[in-house]
Amino acid sequence: MRHIVTKGLVLDEPLIFEVSSAGRKGVEPAVCDVPVVDAAKVIPAAMLRGANDPMAGFPEVSEIDAVRHYTRLSQWNFGVDTGFYPLGSCTMKYNPKINEDAARLEGLSAIHPYQPEELSQGALRLIYELEDYLAEISGMSAITLQPSAGAQGELTGLLMIAAYFKAKGRPRHKIIIPDTAHGTNPASSALAGFKVVPIKSESNGVLTLDAVKAVMDDDTAALMLTNPNTIGIFERNIHDIAAYVHKKGGLIYCDGANLNAIMGIMKLGEMGVDVVQFNLHKTFSTPHGGGGPGSGPVGVGKALVPFLPGPRIKKSGNKYKFVRDNPKSIGRVKAFYGNFGVMVKAYAYIRRMGPDGIRKAALTAILNANYIKESLKGTFHLPYDQPCMHECVFSDKAQSAYGVTTIDMAKRLIDYGYHPPTVYFPLVVHGAIMIEPTETETKATLDGFIETMKEIAEEARANPDLLKSAPVNTKVQRVDEVRAAREPILRWRPGA
Amino acid sequence: MPYIPHSDKDIADILKTVGAASTEEFLKYLPEELRLKGKLNLPDGLSEQELSAELRSIAARNSTVNGYASFLGAGAYNHYIPATVGHLASRSEFYTAYTPYQPEISQGTLQAVFEYQTLVCQMTAMDVANASLYDGASATAEAVLMARRITGRDTVVMSAALHPEYRETVRTYLVGAGNHVTEALYCTEAGTTLPEAVEAACGDAPACLVVQHPNFFGSIEDLATLAEVIHRKKGLLIVVTAEPVSFGLLKPPGELGADIAVGENQSFGNPLAFGGPYLGFMATKTEYVRQMPGRLIGQTVDKNGSRAYCLTFATREQHIRRERATSNICTNHGLCALAAAIHLVSLGRVGLCALANLNLSKAEYLKARLSSVGIAPAFTSPTFNEFTFKLDTDPDAFMKALLKKRIMAGVGLKRFYPELARHIVVSATEMNSKADIDRFAEEAGKVTR
Repeated sequence: MRHIVTKGLVLDEPLIFEVSSAGRKGVEPAVCDVPVVDAAKVIPAAMLRGANDPMAGFPEVSEIDAVRHYTRLSQWNFGVDTGFYPLGSCTMKYNPKINEDAARLEGLSAIHPYQPEELSQGALRLIYELEDYLAEISGMSAITLQPSAGAQGELTGLLMIAAYFKAKGRPRHKIIIPDTAHGTNPASSALAGFKVVPIKSESNGVLTLDAVKAVMDDDTAALMLTNPNTIGIFERNIHDIAAYVHKKGGLIYCDGANLNAIMGIMKLGEMGVDVVQFNLHKTFSTPHGGGGPGSGPVGVGKALVPFLPGPRIKKSGNKYKFVRDNPKSIGRVKAFYGNFGVMVKAYAYIRRMGPDGIRKAALTAILNANYIKESLKGTFHLPYDQPCMHECVFSDKAQSAYGVTTIDMAKRLIDYGYHPPTVYFPLVVHGAIMIEPTETETKATLDGFIETMKEIAEEARANPDLLKSAPVNTKVQRVDEVRAAREPILRWRPGA
Repeated sequence: MPYIPHSDKDIADILKTVGAASTEEFLKYLPEELRLKGKLNLPDGLSEQELSAELRSIAARNSTVNGYASFLGAGAYNHYIPATVGHLASRSEFYTAYTPYQPEISQGTLQAVFEYQTLVCQMTAMDVANASLYDGASATAEAVLMARRITGRDTVVMSAALHPEYRETVRTYLVGAGNHVTEALYCTEAGTTLPEAVEAACGDAPACLVVQHPNFFGSIEDLATLAEVIHRKKGLLIVVTAEPVSFGLLKPPGELGADIAVGENQSFGNPLAFGGPYLGFMATKTEYVRQMPGRLIGQTVDKNGSRAYCLTFATREQHIRRERATSNICTNHGLCALAAAIHLVSLGRVGLCALANLNLSKAEYLKARLSSVGIAPAFTSPTFNEFTFKLDTDPDAFMKALLKKRIMAGVGLKRFYPELARHIVVSATEMNSKADIDRFAEEAGKVTR
């Protein structure tokens, strides 16, 4: 189904500071029912805000000003609820509404992290069971739900790997990372104190045992890979590679960003994976929030269990308890227990889907990606022409003859009402266009997108300027990102 | 199946296009020995109605801070969230979007976060703030790493009055870079960081001093004096604020010598939610912006010269700089920042100051009422909406007895500070009515008498 783009009522909206008017009030705090304290009487003047208040310029608006302001801003945004969002490696699937309602239940939101365990049994149970479900889905021995997002999960996993070798009395210092990896992988490795050893994938897009053998040594702590990889291809040599890495005393870290392709079909633990991080905001349907919050649980094999961040949760009888005595733990990576509000949504998703739904989601995600790949492969260059998993990667090679690049086609897609795919990633594909349709889209939507992509390819040939000047149907047209970096304006200032 | 819309005919049509007989056929490209033979051992799927009931029953097994009189704080604060926040932050154009990589269709998120960055700068009196970090603890760890990059030095001095879980997080983050962390003791009388202890812990070349303000005991620190010590040694001052409502009243970190201001903005617009998701903030001086981690939104123009916003300074970040990035952070807490911004805008300048004064008044009233039944503050320093008191009796028995009266009487410090085995830190906010405070004091008096 294709949409006809019409001009909506797009209203401009100044910065909130620019509509501020001295003395205007929004939502006033409650009336004070205890004696009002003069701050100057209990706190030394040097510690109080002075007359020369830098908070001058802080907005003063009425409630309706605020409501219209944010309503208008929301209308300039594009989300999954607005339309198709085939952003590769980000798994922009539908975010079920029941999940949102669940996280807002008073019994799941008005609870303090330090309230007594006996008053938090529902929360502890939910965390405990979600750990259990993720362990079952991944085939790992234990899970921590503490990390806030995928990258923090990576750091957590890598710190556990470092601690594991240190505990053996033989610290190792290198991590092998394929050139197709997400940027967070090398960044997390460096933060955990490792040296990154890059490794190339073969011409068919997968890692080979020989390539691993060439760099694997007894100072290598782990091979960090993504499976399926970022080209959307399953690393079919993983079993042999894992066996070899293990023989050399190393570990396998799997970036679970692409777990949506294999859940219910294969278990990472059975492939020889020792550590994996999940992205609840990708695979388990929790929303991306315009840049978080996500949640990045980590699963580990038996050998790494003692190193998990604390506290852990144990069940004895019908009671759930925190366990704080974990002497080998790497320590915590954040305050409290993790992004509980996000866990609630992932928990709701898994309970709604059940084992059959989980598997069907993965199979359908694969089916949809192959449908797009097959439908567009005559139109766009397909660097790896083989069955894909949950996403497929094209390039702008065919269109570059007309001077049209990936970014031009991405911007033109916006004019047709689609969010562009991931562009220029993975880095190994020049001008990459990475499409991940997910399982939650209708065939009509996929067909509309396919038809539009073909039309854009035709426009690239016949009228490349149309693409160069895209998008034209948006609130703002192509944004000058170079200027933003060269002449930085990072905040509003009075009089600016 | 829920959320998977294909009909059988759709699937048949797709299979025809891709040249496969069944969906399962795609699995033949996967190694046979790795394919699951059975079904995942998970509970069977539920209808939405069943799921709704199940979630409610789990929720019902928690007691909430609304069902009790809660005086819990210690890094997570119970505040009233205006109705506007839930309604506006729940607009799905905001929450179902990804990180705003395509600025032309993300101007809503971008402008909202640009405004949020400004609000943080205004509250902290710093030059520049990032889009968000995960929480106060990891923001503190990121600030320490940033200070090390700026100074090229290793030694990190943390006040012992910094939230224990923040200190633990800093230590975890620093393992990879070698630890070099020392702690500076607090004054047992005032409950604030001892400048002499900082001086001694700094050595010759400290990277930074990390101080919480108000600190974990609720005490207001003498930041000016601490700034003098660390700046004399050419290190940076990192000020951590876990209760940002205090910004409405207290002199901001930027006016007291902070080089980096970080902390937790959960108090604005974000529910307690059993500890997350919360909202780490970070602000600094212009000269340090290229060493700052996290997303940054900048103002620019589009090709027609219209004002527009986009992500900027990406060359600091992992997707460009990979192992040389300032941080590994990617997904941050954008929606939490939006909720905080809506709350702050709804409060406005006068409202924020009034809220801060209301919190101070409630806490001072609680302090006076507890004192009147013989429970005195443990420390002499001034406080904001949180303070520590010391009992002559076992605090666990005390808290248990009050729990029976439906009062959550604060957080015992024994777990974090063995030397403060009889101390409890309590918080009072606008959510604690006079009646609740009176009842707390009355029951506490009965228990300790």
